[in-house]
Amino acid sequence: MASRDYMHRLPDSGGSLSRPVSFSRRWHIDVPLLALLILLCGVGLTVLYSASGGETHYVRRQAVFLCIAFVAMFVAAQVPLDMYRRWSPWLYVAGCGMLVAVLFVGVGAKGAQRWLEIGGFRFQPSEALKLAVPMSVAAFLHRRTLPPSFITVVGALVIVAVPAALIVRQPDLGTSILIAASGLFALYLAGLSWKMIGGAAVALVASAWPIWEWGLREYQKQRILTLFDPDADRLGAGWNIFQSKAAIGSGGVYGKGYMQGTQSQLDFLPESHTDFIIAVLSEEWGMRGALLLLLLYVLIIARGIYISFMAQQVFGRLLAGSITLTFFVYVFVNIGMVTGLLPVVGVPLPLVSHGGTSAITLMAGFGILMAIGTEQRRVTF
Amino acid sequence: MAHDLHLKDPLLEQRLFRNRMLVALVGVVVLLGVLVARFYNLQVVNHDDYRTQSDENRIQVRPVPATRGLIYDRNGALLADNRPSYTLSIVRERVRDMDGTLELIGRLVQLDDADVEKFRQRLQRRRPFEPVPLRYRLSEREIARVSVNEFRLPGVSVEAELVRYYPMTDLFAHSVGYVGRISERELAAFSEEDVRRYRGMQSIGKVGLEKSYEEVLLGEVGFENVETNARGRVLRVLERHDPQPGSELMLHMDARLQKVATEALGDNRGSVVAIDVKTGGVLAFVSKPSFDPNLFVTGISFKDYKALRDSIDVPLFNRAVQGQYPPGSTLKPLMGLGGLAAGVIDRQTKIKDPGWYKLPNDTRLYRDWKRWGHGKKVDLIQALAESCDVYFYDMAHRWSIDGMHDIATRFGLGAKTGIDLPVERPGLYPSRAWKRGARGMPWFPGDNLNAVLGQGFVLATPLQLAVMTATIANRGTHYKPQVVMAIDGVEQPPEVLHHIEARPEHWDLVFEGMEAVVYDLNGTGKKAGADLDFRVAGKTGTAQVVGIAQGEEYDSEALKERHRDHALFVSFAPMDDPQIAVAVLVENGESGGGVAAPVAREVFAEWLSRPLEETASVLPGPVQIQVGGARG
Repeated sequence: MASRDYMHRLPDSGGSLSRPVSFSRRWHIDVPLLALLILLCGVGLTVLYSASGGETHYVRRQAVFLCIAFVAMFVAAQVPLDMYRRWSPWLYVAGCGMLVAVLFVGVGAKGAQRWLEIGGFRFQPSEALKLAVPMSVAAFLHRRTLPPSFITVVGALVIVAVPAALIVRQPDLGTSILIAASGLFALYLAGLSWKMIGGAAVALVASAWPIWEWGLREYQKQRILTLFDPDADRLGAGWNIFQSKAAIGSGGVYGKGYMQGTQSQLDFLPESHTDFIIAVLSEEWGMRGALLLLLLYVLIIARGIYISFMAQQVFGRLLAGSITLTFFVYVFVNIGMVTGLLPVVGVPLPLVSHGGTSAITLMAGFGILMAIGTEQRRVTF
Repeated sequence: MAHDLHLKDPLLEQRLFRNRMLVALVGVVVLLGVLVARFYNLQVVNHDDYRTQSDENRIQVRPVPATRGLIYDRNGALLADNRPSYTLSIVRERVRDMDGTLELIGRLVQLDDADVEKFRQRLQRRRPFEPVPLRYRLSEREIARVSVNEFRLPGVSVEAELVRYYPMTDLFAHSVGYVGRISERELAAFSEEDVRRYRGMQSIGKVGLEKSYEEVLLGEVGFENVETNARGRVLRVLERHDPQPGSELMLHMDARLQKVATEALGDNRGSVVAIDVKTGGVLAFVSKPSFDPNLFVTGISFKDYKALRDSIDVPLFNRAVQGQYPPGSTLKPLMGLGGLAAGVIDRQTKIKDPGWYKLPNDTRLYRDWKRWGHGKKVDLIQALAESCDVYFYDMAHRWSIDGMHDIATRFGLGAKTGIDLPVERPGLYPSRAWKRGARGMPWFPGDNLNAVLGQGFVLATPLQLAVMTATIANRGTHYKPQVVMAIDGVEQPPEVLHHIEARPEHWDLVFEGMEAVVYDLNGTGKKAGADLDFRVAGKTGTAQVVGIAQGEEYDSEALKERHRDHALFVSFAPMDDPQIAVAVLVENGESGGGVAAPVAREVFAEWLSRPLEETASVLPGPVQIQVGGARG
């Protein structure tokens, strides 16, 4: 059905008379972005090998995940943009339905229910919402006149709020905030008035105290407190941050050398192959390595912003912008958390931390970005 | 913006988007700047602090215990050795279920309640990552059983350490002594410096030379910087400062002589102390019964300790230095010398001995040990040879307690000898001042008669008697007794406390009298010289355990064995050039000449029949003769 729909939209079925069609055009691949992503994943696997103490178990698993993720990216790039726009409400409804299901039949660990298990295969519905929410908001705004009216803003906020609230119930505050942010980015880029942004900011500050008092759980408060005084509880809540700062700081400018990081290799650094992997990189490759990694992220983000600038339709523009900015937020929140600037929330470093679901979602997002980037050509040629 | 409410303006929308994106871009750049600044702050500005933190994380200083100094006898026979012993230890922080772990260990190795209780006490004092010993001296079989079950016992390890071992078992228990585990009480009394010096050390000297030479034997603890992972497992040694092993002690004592002296006592309780006359070096030091010091090294079981503590023979009691006995007639040569020097008697002094002595104006009879007396013309030589009491009663009556106290004190009675052992009792030789102070009574003339015969208030340790005899054999040179001959090959010089001046003819007379004890027809100590090809000088003694009331017959059969007199014998040999002085005490042995003198004879026979270079009072050469433990 859907596949047939795009088959006769392939470039070679139409304007193939003018000149030979390149690989990238034929398969809707943005070559600079692909190159940067491959580079980033290569760096990720290299650091992961060191972070897992020279054992190949995690590296092999992650390589398989990344292969699946690149396939997902490729498939996502082939889907015409209009189809994303038209199918986004259904994707959204299905996603929210699964989130409701998670609350009742979900499985999980450490007191949180985040997974659905179907036929022995586990997946996290909240991952699907990471794409479904910005897509739905962008699709919703696509048909409205911009800048959005008050009613439109309220509608968009409802779209954002429902899944965010469901995810908070799991509980998974970090993911909930990030998903809400991805929807709000779309709204912001659509031209949400500064007055409303200002009003929301004031409201947020004003509600800080009630949220702290009634909205946060004890472990969440602890993480925030740890941020301001990491030395207070070095062996308890502050342990992770104390060790990751020691790892990064002791790396210095040039690092201790690959596989030579004492913090990571001697297991002082917790979660070294997942959320705290940048501490491994910073310890072993020093500030040089950390800045090079940042540069890689900056180039990917720059390419994403470029694609959003070039997009012809509102939907593509908003979606591309939202995906790119959300990607940056992931990077910032993870690094901010590991370096002790932000409280510890479970956000992995995109495409570097070990983890399959997050990599697949991210790469699917980049596939959509490529679909947006190549969409204009479909129209033009 | 109500005017374009119904109209979509693609250009306006694109401009709006680009403006918004540019604002966002500014935000992105600012936040990136924050991250870069953070990296700069951590990795450049505070790099040194974090470098230190990370090093402190992984590098730990671990003490390396020093090997305790070995102890040899004068011929190089090993008296105190260090042997590997296997200890089961537990690291608290790695054990999730301590009770379960202890229960499982209890099924693998023998573990009694006392072990567990001591372990729990230690557990409270140690830090969670330090291994705490649970059971010492695992057998091969137990090691194997623990190893097989290692996977079920996280945090449990079997560690080898060097533990003191005394190959001669009970032979040197009272001289060399023993080490034991540092007790919680000792630990609590440690100074800060002690805590440093004993880091990683398990044992401390408790008794004997092990205690008095603790400083020398201990050595200097070493350190190593080790790299550990987050769970405290040591991965490699980064730097090591080797420990300085403790110094080796070489003793004046001779293992073979010690064995001979011990065996010569037979089944009797008592003490033998032999001293090298030329140096004051202690050649043999026996206190019998003895015990196996190895029992104490890694902690004695309560059952074993109770058996030793409650034995009627008090094996833990060091008779040679802690046992204070009335020296009896063994003081007679000394008193004779004092009497000669004071002019109270001379060579010609002769008395009539009817078997008793009576002070003027006193009805009390002072009996001679020989009921019918020693004859009508007893001189000093005969008085010594036959141990005539009346001769000395008469001398004492004409002399003064001040003079007797003076000579006794010069020969070391009534004061600690200063031997290099941790515990020693001073004995007692009474004086007017002492009696007034201690008893609140004046000195009576009758007290003189007891004081001269080494009875009444007089008390001396076997060691004091040996030192006294050696000083006589030396003709007045009073050496401090010393057990240790050399520390790490450096000879400990003999120490002369003082020299007692007396006229040569007086020394000759005393020598002659002591020789007569052994060789005179009626000599009391003839068994001391039997079948020896050198001449022996000696003096017998008996000391009453229970006072006998006036007029009561002395009936040894009726008295319980433990109430019989102690037998004493002091002697030196050979006469022409004295080498060795021996004091023998046999508890409840009754007869100095019959029981104690033969013991001295065995010691002389063993020592003086050896080639001179073996007994010479100098350090042996670098070649050390290993004497087997059984031969001693």
